[in-house]
This record gives sequence, C-alpha cells and structure tokens, in this order.
Amino acid sequence: MTIEREEIKKLATLSRLAIDEKTIADVTGRLSSVLALVDQLQNADTESLQEISRPFHTSQRLRNDEVKETDQRDAFQAIAPQTHNGLFSVPKMIE
Amino acid sequence: MNWETVIGLEVHVQLATKTKIFSAASTTFGATPNTQACAIDLAMPGTLPVLNKQAVNYAIMFGLAIDAEICQESVFERKNYFYPDLPKGYQTTQLEKPIVGRGSVTIQLADGTEKAIRIHHAHLEEDAGKSTHEGDLPYGMSGVDLNRAGTPLIEIVSEPDMRSAEEAIAFAKKLHSIVTSIKICDGEMSQGSMRFDVNVSVRPAGSSTLGIRTETKNLNSYKFMEEAIEREVERQIDLIEDGGTVAQETRLYNGDTKVAKSMRSKEEANDYRYFPCPDLLPVLVSDETIEELRQALPELPDARQNRFVSQYALSDYDSAIIASDSNMSAFFETVAKDSNNPKLAANWVMGELSGSLNNAGLGFTESPVSAKQLAGMVVRIADNSISGKMAKQVFEAMWQGEGTADEIIESKGLKQVSDSGALEKIVVDVLAANAVMVEDFINSDESKRKKKLGGFMGQIMKASKGQANPQQVNQILLQKLNELL
Repeated sequence: MTIEREEIKKLATLSRLAIDEKTIADVTGRLSSVLALVDQLQNADTESLQEISRPFHTSQRLRNDEVKETDQRDAFQAIAPQTHNGLFSVPKMIE
Repeated sequence: MNWETVIGLEVHVQLATKTKIFSAASTTFGATPNTQACAIDLAMPGTLPVLNKQAVNYAIMFGLAIDAEICQESVFERKNYFYPDLPKGYQTTQLEKPIVGRGSVTIQLADGTEKAIRIHHAHLEEDAGKSTHEGDLPYGMSGVDLNRAGTPLIEIVSEPDMRSAEEAIAFAKKLHSIVTSIKICDGEMSQGSMRFDVNVSVRPAGSSTLGIRTETKNLNSYKFMEEAIEREVERQIDLIEDGGTVAQETRLYNGDTKVAKSMRSKEEANDYRYFPCPDLLPVLVSDETIEELRQALPELPDARQNRFVSQYALSDYDSAIIASDSNMSAFFETVAKDSNNPKLAANWVMGELSGSLNNAGLGFTESPVSAKQLAGMVVRIADNSISGKMAKQVFEAMWQGEGTADEIIESKGLKQVSDSGALEKIVVDVLAANAVMVEDFINSDESKRKKKLGGFMGQIMKASKGQANPQQVNQILLQKLNELL
C-alpha cells in the first residue's frame, strides 16, 4: 500500500501540521515504507486468533465517584497565552 | 407526490455523577468559569485518565432500562478534531465496541397507538467545554470555559424509525422520562443535561430506500425540535420538487430567529481518524455487576404507569401523564396516600399544582406547596368541609405560604356549610322571598324547569355567602320544589 501526495496534504491539514512543499515528497516516501511494513503483517495467519485491542491481559481500573480535585485556575491561567475574566481567550470562532 | 419523513435521533445525556468521566473534578452546574477544570480536563502533559465507575454503572443501567445487550468488554477510542473547547485535540468516546448495544424504547402517540423505536447503541464519552462569542471579550477573541470538559455523557443513537415530528418528540420525552426515573440524569434541558441531534430525510411514500439526510445539531427543547424538523422536512421537499438534491450536511437551528443554517466549516473535519485510545484499557463488566445493577434499577415509567392504574384506579390517561415524570409521581403518591383519595390527588397534582409550577418555572421538588399540605386540602374537599371553589382559594393561600389547609380554612372562614338543617332553612327562606320565581317555575314546561333551577341556586349560594355545599343544596332545592308541584 502506498500513500499519495494529496493524502499527505489532507492529513497534514486535519492534524494542523505545517509541511512545506519541499518536504512532502520525503514524508510521502517514508510513510509509504511504514505502510509497506504494515502490509507485511497482513501475511501473518491470524485465522485462529481472537481480536484484541490491547496487548495486556488486564482491564481498565475504575475510580470511585468522589471529588478530589480543587480549584487551581490561577495556576493554570498563569501559563495560558491569554485569559480574560476567568475565560481562556482564543481567536474568534465563527460558524 | 406524497413524501414520507424519516427521522433518527442522537441524544446526548449528561450523567448525574459528582465528578468527570476521567478526572476527580466536580461537575456541579453553574460554577465560576474554569474553577472545575483540573489538569486532566485541560490535557496537561503527563496526565492520564482514570475512568469513573459511577459513569460506567449509569450507562449499564440505561442499557438495562431499554432491554439492550450490555457489552462486557467495551473500548474507548479517540475521535480527532481541533476545536478550542476540546483541549486534548480529540474526544474520548466509543465507536466499535460501545457499552450498550441494540435495544428498544416504546412510545405512545396521541391517538393511543404504541410504536417501538429501535436503539442502535449507546456509548460513553466526554463532553466538551463551552465557548462564548459575545459579551465582554477582547476584540476578535472568543472565551472558553472548560468546566464542562470531561463531563460524562452517554450518546444514545436511534435507528431511523420515526416518521413524524410527533414521533420524534414522543421518543425524546420517553428517553427523558427513563433517564430521570432511573436517576442517571437530572433531566434539566435548559442546562443542557439532554441535547438532541436530529437526522432528517424524506423519500417518496412507499419507497424503501432512504433519502439523503441532514443533521440538525444541539436542540435542547422539544419545541425547537418540532420546529426544526418541520422546517427541514419542508425545505427538503421544496428542494427536491424544484429539481434539486439534498446535500448531506450538518445544520444548526436557532430557536429565537427560527432559522437553520448549514455549518460549512465542519464539512472537512468529518474525517475523525478514530483509533483505540492507548491511555485506556478495555472496560470489563462482570455478570455480577450487571445483575446487581438490574436488581437495584428503580421503577421504569411504563411499570409505574401500570401500577398507578391498578393500585390507585387512575385512568390510563392520568397515570400516563403522572408516571412519565418521576418527581411528579413521587409527589402524587404522597398526596394520594396521605389523603387516601387518589383520584382527587391526581386532579390537583395534574391541574392546579402543575399549572402553578409551570407558570413559576419550578419543578415538583421545588413546589412551595408541599405534598403533605396538598393532601391536607384534598382531605377537606373529600369530607365536604370546603367546595372546589373554596379549595382554589385555599391552594392560592398555601402557595403564598399562609399555612396548612386547616389553618387557612379557619383564618379565612371558608368552612362549607353541609349541615342539612341549616341548608334547608336557607333554601326555604330563599323560596319564600322569591314567590314570583317559584310561581314561574311551577308554570313552566318540564324542559324549561332545569334551566330555571340555576336562578334559585345563585340566590341560595349568595344567601350562604358562598359557603353552602352545592350538591346538597341542589338536592334539597329539588325536593322542596317537587313538594310544591
């Protein structure tokens, strides 16, 4: 399986990554070789195996529903690029 | 051409947990902005999610309430998109293995028919923060409050089984009734506790293929839902009949301006690149857990409705209305038991009380008149101490905080006269003072006499200062007049 130049550009847009025109060919080539490696895995016989989503034999630990976090807004907002009246300020989003 | 409407719903239900789905930050509504957003909710580097057990249990309870399969190994995935109210750059949600599988909800329509609406699945996910674009903000900026980020949701996805706005609203109301009855959601629609996305398409009547659908997002009232569906159906039919085609798109309906708009900016973003979240392991649910939750499941609205019919001899109609609201049900049951008069209790709870609460924008748990107070008044109506008309005065006074029914009856001198000796005297006096009317009555045709009785009743009630028991007066009056014939 290979990946096309246009797909790389779309992925970059969706991922908010800046890839300049000069490096697209390089990235396309390297990602295609990763996908070729994945293709090799397709040859493995998995007929008799059960599908798993994790390589661990444990399950998710659950937490009791108790409030333990305290208000640390000032600390978090001190490192935010911009805040106003307790809100995080971001460039205007218009639908 | 005749067109058929096809509707499917996606319903977001905020779970009534104390904390977020993946962090121990509070979910209390209305807190000062960003004071309930902890490092995990803000996606600070190095933080990891820890799943809230109660959120999982609530999702399972919903599954049990709609007779769905519970997935005993469900998986969280990342839905990737960029938006300022989503700090992680992805929403943690479920896709391939949602916790609740296929189920079904039965709706009742106005004509009395029932219809089963299939549920495709329901999954657990986190809510996003809230953005503000208006008000006191720096120029060209929006404000983000992340208190809501990470609030646990279940998203309930129906099959496209509804054929009208009426069915869609009946379904939405039924879901509201179920989630509030099993107490997994507070049901406060104005606070966004339940939000509806409506998928609408039209097709020629009789066709079995689905038309192209649009999705109208984030409706938070039944009224807006009805308007949005009706306008969208009309728009699609007009478009097709004029030779156009419906574009598959996401739309936003503004309930104030009654205008729906396409959300063009989201079109490209629909490529969410889902993948299993490496920070979370599969969620295993044991048979024992499911059984425990099944045993502890509160009474469902349908069961309650049947019980009200059998236990209190309410009509199907009355019991359906009361049973659909768990708080109204609890209120009614206290009044019915304390007064020992379920029928009168139902009338007052559904009538005067519901109306007054509605006008005041209050819920049954916030009623200024307590269930015990209302029961005290119902007792006095049932034992003929007060008439229905006096009861309205008593109710009004209780609403204003003037005390119990008995205290108000006493202080306002509202006691109804039911002493037959006293009533007979008033009737005889009124007849004696109105000899002309009596003469006229005797000389009238049988058919006209009934109408003339009203004149006497008015005089008698006036003479008793409105305190005579009307049923009794009517009886005595008829008897006295018959003696004269």
